[in-house]
This record gives sequence, structure tokens and C-alpha cells, in this order.
Amino acid sequence: MQIRLVKKADIGTRRQTLIFLAAIFLALFTTGLFILFLGLNPIRVYISMINGAFGSAYRLEQTFVNAIPLIITSLGIAIAFRMKFWNIGAEGQIIMGAFFASYVALNHSDLSRPVLLSIMFLAGFIGGAIWGFIPAFFKAKWGTNETIITLMMNYVALKWIIYLQFGPWKDPSALGFPKIPNFAENAILPKLFGLHIGWIIALILVVLVYIFMNRSKKGFEIAVIGESINTARYAGINIFRTIILAMVLSGGICGIVGMIQTSGVNLTLSKEITGGVGYTAIITAWLGALKPHWIVLVSVLFAALIQGSSYIQSAFGLSAASAQLFQAIILFFVLGSEFFARYKVIFDWKSLSKAKEDRE
Amino acid sequence: MKNGSAYVSMRDITKIFGTVKATDNMNLDVTKGEIHALLGENGAGKSTLMNMLSGIYIPDSGHIFIDNKENRFTSPRDAIKAGVGMIHQHFKLVEVLTALDNILLGYNVGLFVNKRIQKEQINKIMEKFQLDVDLDKYVFDMSVGEKQTLEILKTLYRGARILILDEPTAVLTPQETVKLFKIMRRMKNQDCSVIFISHKMNEVMEIADRVTVLRKGRTIDTLIKENSNPQELTELMVGRPVDLSIKRIDKLTDKVVFKVRNLRADNEEKVEVLKGINFEMYQGEILGVAGIAGSGQKELCEALAGLYPIKEGEISFKGEDLAGKNPKEFITRGISMSFIPEDRLGMGLVANMDMVDNILLKQYHKSKGFLVKRKPAAEKAKEIIQKLDVITPGVHHPIKNLSGGNIQKVLLGRELDSHPELLITAYPVRGLDINTCLKIYDILNEEKKKGVSILYIAEDLDSLLGLCDRIMVISNGEVTGIVDARKATKEQLGLMMLGNKEVDNAD
Repeated sequence: MQIRLVKKADIGTRRQTLIFLAAIFLALFTTGLFILFLGLNPIRVYISMINGAFGSAYRLEQTFVNAIPLIITSLGIAIAFRMKFWNIGAEGQIIMGAFFASYVALNHSDLSRPVLLSIMFLAGFIGGAIWGFIPAFFKAKWGTNETIITLMMNYVALKWIIYLQFGPWKDPSALGFPKIPNFAENAILPKLFGLHIGWIIALILVVLVYIFMNRSKKGFEIAVIGESINTARYAGINIFRTIILAMVLSGGICGIVGMIQTSGVNLTLSKEITGGVGYTAIITAWLGALKPHWIVLVSVLFAALIQGSSYIQSAFGLSAASAQLFQAIILFFVLGSEFFARYKVIFDWKSLSKAKEDRE
Repeated sequence: MKNGSAYVSMRDITKIFGTVKATDNMNLDVTKGEIHALLGENGAGKSTLMNMLSGIYIPDSGHIFIDNKENRFTSPRDAIKAGVGMIHQHFKLVEVLTALDNILLGYNVGLFVNKRIQKEQINKIMEKFQLDVDLDKYVFDMSVGEKQTLEILKTLYRGARILILDEPTAVLTPQETVKLFKIMRRMKNQDCSVIFISHKMNEVMEIADRVTVLRKGRTIDTLIKENSNPQELTELMVGRPVDLSIKRIDKLTDKVVFKVRNLRADNEEKVEVLKGINFEMYQGEILGVAGIAGSGQKELCEALAGLYPIKEGEISFKGEDLAGKNPKEFITRGISMSFIPEDRLGMGLVANMDMVDNILLKQYHKSKGFLVKRKPAAEKAKEIIQKLDVITPGVHHPIKNLSGGNIQKVLLGRELDSHPELLITAYPVRGLDINTCLKIYDILNEEKKKGVSILYIAEDLDSLLGLCDRIMVISNGEVTGIVDARKATKEQLGLMMLGNKEVDNAD
């Protein structure tokens, strides 16, 4: 037998949605089998998952607290990805943004709250932007591989924070516990409707990034470079400058996440500051097709998935690993469905009989 | 044709790509000892059909018989076992190996290779078909013609009795073409079947015994060449009567607008690819550029458009030296010089973007402010669609889904929209069907009438001789001569393409 893959022509949105829904269904079905295997009722588990993500004001808040960094990081990643610059260094960019913002927060807490927070915001952007600038410069100047460099810089950033946490920035009043001191009241993001104002920042950024990518000249140039460097050259686009600009923005936006997480959620800097958002956001940016409005939807759903599975973990006494397994199965099917949207698989039974003949 | 019964028979072959039927119940019969031409426009299904015969594609339905035995090829290896070999337009040779190594590569799977014995066998084949290949020569030292002969030898050595040549003359000079035809005739005399894919009428008339005409994925007819004529074949190929003549409009003035002096450029490996090019262009003339593929045409065009770094030399347009300026300066300074790149989708246009965004590409610099303005571009798009008969579902349809001809029209329309005074076009009709070609020639003539100077780089000598006022021949990065297109002959151009300096007829 022979299996052949045939590329499909562009399929309509309806079929794409259908394939997507089928993937979700299959994912729930497969997860259901696994839940049955654990001796639980899948329907009950699913209902309590939804309940856990949206069921009360507190749970809803937690879901959104998880969604905010995902949304903003995905926006940053989307800018780079639109240029086909594979920035997988969001993790490091978030950390550096957090580091810069924390430096301001820890050393200038005597400033008034709006001034301090504004400077921290700016510092967060700059920290991320520097971490985005470095791989961009190397790529634009010498054509280095951005995937490797952005990835490696994640570890550099992480080790730097660990060094600070266990060394010079260690809180002397924490009785030897390796922890950076908490921020002063001044350096903490205020709340609006029970949620730190990071959500307002996220919404503003969604609008700005949408306009930038779809309506601005620079956004257009970034898209052209992503499609074809040669065409960009031919159209007179300054490729060096545009790559740098895109990555400064991409990194800077991720850096803002670092500021929001330190100032709004953790209230200090620690090596766990990102919670893996920099990697998760790669998935949400892709699933959102690099489009800001879709990114919002996907990120909220993804945050709900995380929140819901951590809820069932305690509600049904599941291990952390099995909750993660649910997430993985759902992702596996959703991402895998891309393949079926693009290719048709043909099983050629005739050549099976031919192969038999050959053997005889 | 020695006997009537078919040696190769393809029956009801259908192959579907996505929603496009590339071949729709096609039929083809080829006998032993015949040269069979497959004639058809681009997209007629010639290459697809032959790729199925040589095992590269697998037909969705239909039967392939060779010597009355049904075959199902799942790889080129199967096809060569059955005696079918294909010479592709782009040679499949390893540049850093010798001819001999290329022939043996991947064929003998054993642990050791006895080159002496193999060499003897290869020499026998060379003798039999009177092929002339230096087996110890490295492929990178070979000319295009030599590489092609090597490909043929390789295929014959692997046992091919049915040889498919996919547009073999596209890359050859007229002299090399003559040589190739000799080889093809010898293969015919050795009882091989030769299938010759082409869309050049004169070559088909010269070499083929029978001609099968394909159109839009269907087999139209198989004719014996003697009983047919070019006019009939063209009509079958296009589907209706066409006037094949290319109009030439007289050159308007003797005013020099563009001068290139001693233009030199190196490629990335620091090898000089432009070796002191000198020429000038008059207002309202079409200057053709002929040359073997890779003689520096691409570099010349890109250098003239500010896209290729030049080492020294002068490019002066109406007295202003443009050397060293970048493309953006060309655009923003209002220097009306448009460049239609060789690689339409790789350089001129963004394949995944729609027509509006592609037109925007040359416009957005001019508008003020931070945002792009898509409305004027959309109106321009509609204008171009109307003026040049572009067939597209709409201005927001991705360019890559249009046909080659329509893509070329979009590109041409966009460049002409900036009202250039100098137009550089590289292979503007490559891959287009006859009708679209003629339409493109008309458009170029229109521009010429307006006084635009056009640099027209092409590979088809017929179109060069028919359309241009003068033809500049380049060989290996040097100008070997500039001749009057009204007086020049193909043979003369061919010799100059090979590097013979010619001063005859220069004006």
C-alpha cells in the first residue's frame, strides 16, 4: 500500500471551522477515555472544568490574570512572526522587562505612584526591547539563525535573575530564604473592577498592534519582508532597519508583560516570573493566526483551559501530570488538525496489489 | 516510424492538483524509432503527462503500457527499469563531480565500483549514439550544451529506450540546438523513442515525425508532421486562429537618454560577472538583450535598477549619474525607471498578498503620514484590471492564485502606472501563452510610441528579432556586439552568444 499526501487548494472558512470543531471533539473524546481509565465520569469532569474557569468571580479573575500575559506576549510574538522572524525568546524578553521594571521599583519607591509606574512601564519595554534587539541585529547584519539566538538568550536572562535572587538582590529580612524583596505599595499596579489594570493595557495594545500591523507603513513593510526579502529589496524597503524595528517592538511588548507580572501579580521579581508564558504564547499566537483579535479569544480560552484543569486537579484529586496531559491532548489535536486542513491523505490500495505481484 | 503499433501507450490519464485537472483523460501513443513532439501552451499538461510517464507523478486514473505491458510507476526508478528516462529542463547533475561520477552516482548500489569496466560500457554507448562527452571533466566546467549531452548519456546508460526531453532547447544557443537535433536523430535511428516537449513551432516542424497537440489538459489531436503545417498546429494549440507576427514600430528619435559606461560588478564569490558593459539607449526604442542563460543578464538588470552592488562604472540617465543609488532613491526622486524583474513572484510581487497590497508596494512611499492608504491603490488595481484585461476574481484575491499571464499583467500594469521613461523588462513573456505574449508585445509597443526606452531581455531569439530595434548580445558578462535587429540573423546572434565578437551590422 502506498500513502500519498495531496495538497489541498485553499479551503473555505466553513470547512476550516468544521475541521477545528472535529479536532476539539476528538480531543475531548480521547481525554474522556483517559478520564474513564482513571475511574471518573468524563462529563462531570468537563463540567467542573468549565465551572473552575468561569464559575465564580474569583475563578473568572484568575482566568483573566492568566490570560493577560498570554495576550500581550502573543501580540509581541505575532509582530516578529509576521516577518517570519522566529522569535522564541519571549521568555527572556519578559524576564528582562521584569528585571528593568524591578530595578526601578526597588530603587525608586520614593517616587509618586503614577510616575513610578510609568517609569517601570517604560523600563519594562526597554528591557524587553534590548533582548529583542540583540538577535535582530545579528540576524540583519550577519544572517545568524534567530531561533537559536533568541532561545539561548532565554537562558542567559533566566540565569541572570537566579543570580540576583540568590545573590545581590536577596532580601536580607527573609531569614536567609532566597527571595527578592516585595515591591512597595507605590510600585504595585492598581485594580479596576477587581482586576489589576494590566487588562486595560492588554486591550489598548490589541488595538495598537492591530492598527500597526494592518494599517501602518511599517507594518506593511514587515509583512512584505516576511513574504519575500527580495521583493522588499526591490520595493526599496530598508531591510536592516525594519528587522530591528520589528524585533524592538516585539521584544518591548513582551517586556511589558514582565513589568505587569512583577507589579500586578507576583509583587516582586523571581525566577518563576514568566510561568512559561513566553513559550505558551507561541502556541496562542499561532492558533490566533497572528491576528490580534483572534489572539485575544484564543488566549482567554487557553487561560481557561489552564485554570479549569488546575481546578479539577484539586476537585477530583488528580495529579498535576494528568491535568497537564489534558492540555497536551487538546493541543495535540488542535494543532494536528492544521495538517488535515492543508493536505488530503490518499491510500492507494492498487499499488498494494502491485507490490504483491512484484514479490511473487 | 518503423512500425505502426505503439511502443508507449498512455490511456485515459487523469491527474488532479487540488481543483485543477492538469490532465483530463489524456491519450498518447509513441512508436519505436520516432521523434514525437508534444506541443502545447503553458498549462496544457505536457510536463505533467511526461512526469507521470517517468514516474515522478502518479496518475489518479488511467493506464500506461510499455511494449504492451501495463506499468504502474511509483518512482523514477521504476520508470527507468521499464526503459523510460526524462531529461528535465533543470539538469539533475552534481556540479562538483565529474561526468563519470554523475553517470554512476546512485545507479550501482554495490559497495565497490569498478570504474574501468563501467567506463568501457559508457564508451560503447557514446560510440553507438555518437555522443561526445569528456568523462573526466567536472560538471561545473561544462557548458549548458555539454551538461545536456551528459544527461542524455546518463539516461541512456541506465537503459532508457524511451527518452523524454522537456523543452530541451530553451537553454541552448542555435548552434547547440543543431547538435542536439543530430543526437535525437541518431537515437531515432537506433530504434529509441524520443518524446520532445516544446512550444516552439519551428523546432517541432524541423525535428518531429508526429505531433500530439495538447490544450488545457486534453489531448486535441495527433498529426503526422508532413500532413500538417505551423498555422494548423498553432490553431489546434491555441484553440482558434491567431496572427503570429510580432509588430515592430519604427524607432522615434535619435536622442540618447541612457548611457552605461564600463559597468563592472562582482558576485558574492568575488567573481566578476559584469566585465565593463558599455551601451546607450535612445528615446523610444526597444533594445533587446540576448545571451545564454546566466551570462550576466540578471546582474545587469539588477545593477541598472540599483539592486546589485556595482564595483565601478557609470549609469547616467538624462545626464544624472545613478550609479550607487538604492532603489528607494530611484522611486522617491521621481526618476522614472521601472524594472520588471525576471522572477515575477520572487521579486516583483508578493505572492500571498492581494492585488491592492502589491500595487501599494510601489505607492506607499509617496503618501504622507504613519498609515498606508489602500483606497487609491484599490482604484489603481481596478484600472489595471480593465486596461490590461486581467482575469481575477477580485482585487482582494491573492496574486499567487492568478495565472502566469495575469500575474505578468499586474506587474506590468503597476510598473507602467508610474509612467516610466525607462523600462527594464527581464523575460516578460517567459512561461506565457501565445495570446498573452502578443498582448505584452502590444503593451511594450504602446509604451515605445510614448517615447519610453525599453530594455528587453529575452531568451527567445524570434521575439527579439521581431520586436526590437537593436539587439545587444552579452556573453560571459561582456557585450559581444550590438546589432540592428532588422538585419541580424539567428546564426549571427548565436555565434555572438558564444562569445565571438561581431561588429557587423552594428549601428
